[in-house]
Amino acid sequence: MDRFVLSALVQNNAGVLSRVSGLFSRRGFNIDSLTVGETSDAKLSRMTIVAQGDEARLEQIEKQLAKLIEVVAVHRLDPDRSVFREIALVKVKASSDTRASIIQIADVFRARVVDVAAESLIVEVTGDQAKVDGLIELLVPYGILELARTGIAALSRGPLVLSLI
Amino acid sequence: MAVQEKTGAEALVDIMIEEGVEYIFGLPGGSAIPLFDALVGRNIKLVLTRHEQGAVHMADGYARATGKTGVALVTSGPGATNTVTGLFTALMDSIPLVVVTGQMPAWTLGLDAFQEADVSGITYPCVKHSYLVKDVDDIPRIMREAFFLASSGRPGPVLIDMPKNVSGARISPKADTMQLPGYSVPKAAQDAEVARAATLLAAAKRPLLLVGHGAAISGAATEVRALAETLQAPVVNTLLGKGVLPETHELNLGMLGMHGTAYANKAIIDCDLIMSIGSRWDDRIVSKYDEFCVNAVKIHIDIDAAEINKVVKVDLGIVGDAKTVLRQLLPRLVKGDTADWVRQTKRWRRDFPLKFQKEGKLRAQQVIQELYRLTGGKAIVTTDVGQHQMWAAQFILSESGRDWISSGGAGTMGFGLPSAIGAQLGRPGETVVAIVGDGGFQMTLSELATLFNLKIPVKILVINNHYLGMVRQWQNLFYDNRYSGVDLEGNPDFVKLAGAYGIKGFRISRSADVRRVLKAALDHPGPALIDAEVEQHDNVFPMIPAGAAHKDMLLGPPRRVLEKPTGGT
Repeated sequence: MDRFVLSALVQNNAGVLSRVSGLFSRRGFNIDSLTVGETSDAKLSRMTIVAQGDEARLEQIEKQLAKLIEVVAVHRLDPDRSVFREIALVKVKASSDTRASIIQIADVFRARVVDVAAESLIVEVTGDQAKVDGLIELLVPYGILELARTGIAALSRGPLVLSLI
Repeated sequence: MAVQEKTGAEALVDIMIEEGVEYIFGLPGGSAIPLFDALVGRNIKLVLTRHEQGAVHMADGYARATGKTGVALVTSGPGATNTVTGLFTALMDSIPLVVVTGQMPAWTLGLDAFQEADVSGITYPCVKHSYLVKDVDDIPRIMREAFFLASSGRPGPVLIDMPKNVSGARISPKADTMQLPGYSVPKAAQDAEVARAATLLAAAKRPLLLVGHGAAISGAATEVRALAETLQAPVVNTLLGKGVLPETHELNLGMLGMHGTAYANKAIIDCDLIMSIGSRWDDRIVSKYDEFCVNAVKIHIDIDAAEINKVVKVDLGIVGDAKTVLRQLLPRLVKGDTADWVRQTKRWRRDFPLKFQKEGKLRAQQVIQELYRLTGGKAIVTTDVGQHQMWAAQFILSESGRDWISSGGAGTMGFGLPSAIGAQLGRPGETVVAIVGDGGFQMTLSELATLFNLKIPVKILVINNHYLGMVRQWQNLFYDNRYSGVDLEGNPDFVKLAGAYGIKGFRISRSADVRRVLKAALDHPGPALIDAEVEQHDNVFPMIPAGAAHKDMLLGPPRRVLEKPTGGT
């Protein structure tokens, strides 16, 4: 099963998130992550949806999404021609013995330490999902106390623009 | 003194009148009072129903019979939740409806106020689109959009949830320009696709046309006939595609699928090309996905792009309006060399006709066939869901796509009576017969009061076998004859029941009486009910067990115990 990323422009109406998420559960499509935020046009929001499935299923999801009246445009993002970014905040156990090595790992990932307490650190990392997964994997042995991931935001590279048409 | 601006409710009624609404079917309640108030003295007829489900089915029957958009108006909370079955029924069969639900004042939303329900949330999966109106000034735009969305493209129900403070507020004049940037309606197909279809059709030796509801909605009867006759291609129709090509036409093999004709299903097995015109390859007709027409080229014309490759992978998908696409295709067609194929389908028709036992007790099929003969195939027939529906589909040969009104996708019992009332209002001069089962009829029979009040001559034919017959059939065939929850003991006397509502009742219990009693009922000037006491244990054949291949179709009672079907119901 492939993981794929869909970018959708939707009308910024109450209920549109329910319609989109309801469509996914109704049709049995699993969502890995879904992010939504306003675009430069206040009437439109952009949804970035990461889901899994084979080609036939992806074709169905795209078409069913496009069918929703409030979905203005849907586009499947090609991983080779797109920028995917996610932020994760990782609260990890840290004693005086382990603090330095955790910071060292964070440095390698160009992650930042955004909170320091007597027995924990919060590390903020930005990157594609593979990078975020990689950092988390290295922090697991220290003991992850809490984890918050945003899900990805994504845009295609270059001049391609998901427009109203 | 300044001119008093109209209320939101009055603006709503104004637009309904401009949109050509003749009838509103509904039932009021506290939250809908401003909306009902705005109807007083206006040029729209309000039909007060006895239940909100009945109101939506009536609007649905009206829409199916006329092609226009049906309108229902109900109150908040339980009034609105009672519409869900009707909305779902209309969505599954692509029926244009606008359903307005009263709602508690906006400031009480989410506070669990009296009769306040999350109607939008409850109905999202049952509508084409919906609105929760928060600003009275949005009403003109939303009403325009609702009627446009309901009736254009692939039609469907649109719900408008209208808080009482919004419908009662004064509106300031505002433009009603639609704002639907994400909505477009496909019309014509691309030339290359049409050319490819023509090439594939020309190469086919055994082409078959599968005509669905989309062809009826699109009004493509003339084009379908021209296509079939030019290609000399046999036609099969779905339950909702009945009559687009008259079922008396020599190329029409009738309904295919689970309870379709043997000759239609044999054509499915042997065709080398199948072209769906507005059918969505429902599981009732495809049955076993991986054995369906495996050796045939598949072409699919549909206005809804999401239907292409949804369940059956096709060789050519064409997104567009059926009538428009067929008009593009017709000039490119060459006459097919299909004489052998057509002869073959005629042999099947001769060798495997629809039949039923005529001896013994009264048979449902006889009653339905006699009704068909007496009405000369000219009646508008509505049905409930179950055995009587399948027998009616087999023995009523439809002449037009708007004369057969049945809940196909949803399979909603209780649809027959209210949809017949809506159909009769939409087409007043015509004969309308609701063929219902004793099970389904009891789900919405409160609308007998609505029928009596309207004094319209709808005829109700109850095929009364004192069972939930289709489930009994399954338990008989696939569950070792263990009956569970299917015996409708305690049925009322339907003739007396009709009488209690002021409706003339008739009864048929012997086959010798069928013609005489049916004729008397049809000749009765007002509404009438006919209780046909039929054989209790008849099963519908042919039957393709759910999920089985077409080649495993049962033509009559099996001689061995059958496995439980792999498919759904």
